[in-house]
Amino acid sequence: MESYFNQDEKLLVFKVSEEIDDYKVPEIRRKADYEIQRYMPKKIIFDFNNVTFMDSAGIGLIIGRYKFANLIGATLELANLTSSIRKIFEMSGILRLVPETELI
Amino acid sequence: MNKSFDNEMKVEFVSKSSNESFARITVAAFAAQLDPTVEELSDIKTAVSEAVTNSIIHGYENKIGIVKIIAKLEGQKLIIEISDKGKGIEDVEMAKEPLYTTKPNLERSGMGFTIMESFMDSVEIESILGLGTKIKMTKTIKKPNLEEYEKDFTMVTK
Ligand SMILES: Nc1ncnc2c1ncn2[C@@H]1O[C@H](COP(=O)(O)OP(=O)(O)OP(=O)(O)O)[C@@H](O)[C@H]1O
Ligand SMILES: [Mg+2]
Repeated sequence: MESYFNQDEKLLVFKVSEEIDDYKVPEIRRKADYEIQRYMPKKIIFDFNNVTFMDSAGIGLIIGRYKFANLIGATLELANLTSSIRKIFEMSGILRLVPETELI
Repeated sequence: MNKSFDNEMKVEFVSKSSNESFARITVAAFAAQLDPTVEELSDIKTAVSEAVTNSIIHGYENKIGIVKIIAKLEGQKLIIEISDKGKGIEDVEMAKEPLYTTKPNLERSGMGFTIMESFMDSVEIESILGLGTKIKMTKTIKKPNLEEYEKDFTMVTK
């Protein structure tokens, strides 16, 4: 997973490229939380463009980051969901709290 | 049903989360014989990943055990059985409820069974406390419609 921070917009973007499952989530979570604490962004976006697989571990990951973002007064959004990944997020109801956004 | 098409595979592996991707890819490769769509394959992979992850983190609670997968093809029907000899499920009806998890502190969302049920045609849970859990799932893969395909093909070549 790569990330970049836009200082002007206080925007932190995570470009996830792992398969999101129970095996890979701890590493993604550690990296994400480290970068969030480091930059204290106002807005966080998870970009799923390079994610070829996700199961329920991804729901837990996003709910956890949502709570963290809330704690520091940041918003969280998701970009480039494939139809399979969107189906999984829709089932959990999380998209009401963490909306989809456009990101090129 | 074309009996000559029936087929079966079995795989066993140690309950390490690094095997989750091996497990879902193996079943998907086996199921590929039925000519599933990309979306159907993705649904199968996700359902397998859910059941295998449950065996590893709930069944064995990260102790070492064996997870077993049997997959069968009967005509266009894919049958998958995933089992462990772990601690078993106390209340199966409760476990199936969306958002029910016994491990909320590990950022589990309790959506595993809900996902399996929505991505597969049927899901059966057999579990005995102290002895283990077996999940049986089925999914019928639609036969690719040859007539449609040929029509498209002649249109393209015209
Ligand atoms: N193989 C198993 N052995 C023992 N308990 C299990 C097994 N599979 C599921 N369970 C129990 O059923 C509950 C619900 O499982 P489910 O997969 O729906 O949610 P989860 O695994 O807790 O969270 P998620 O799958 O969303 O990460 C689990 O919390 C666990 O208590
Ligand atoms: Mg689960």
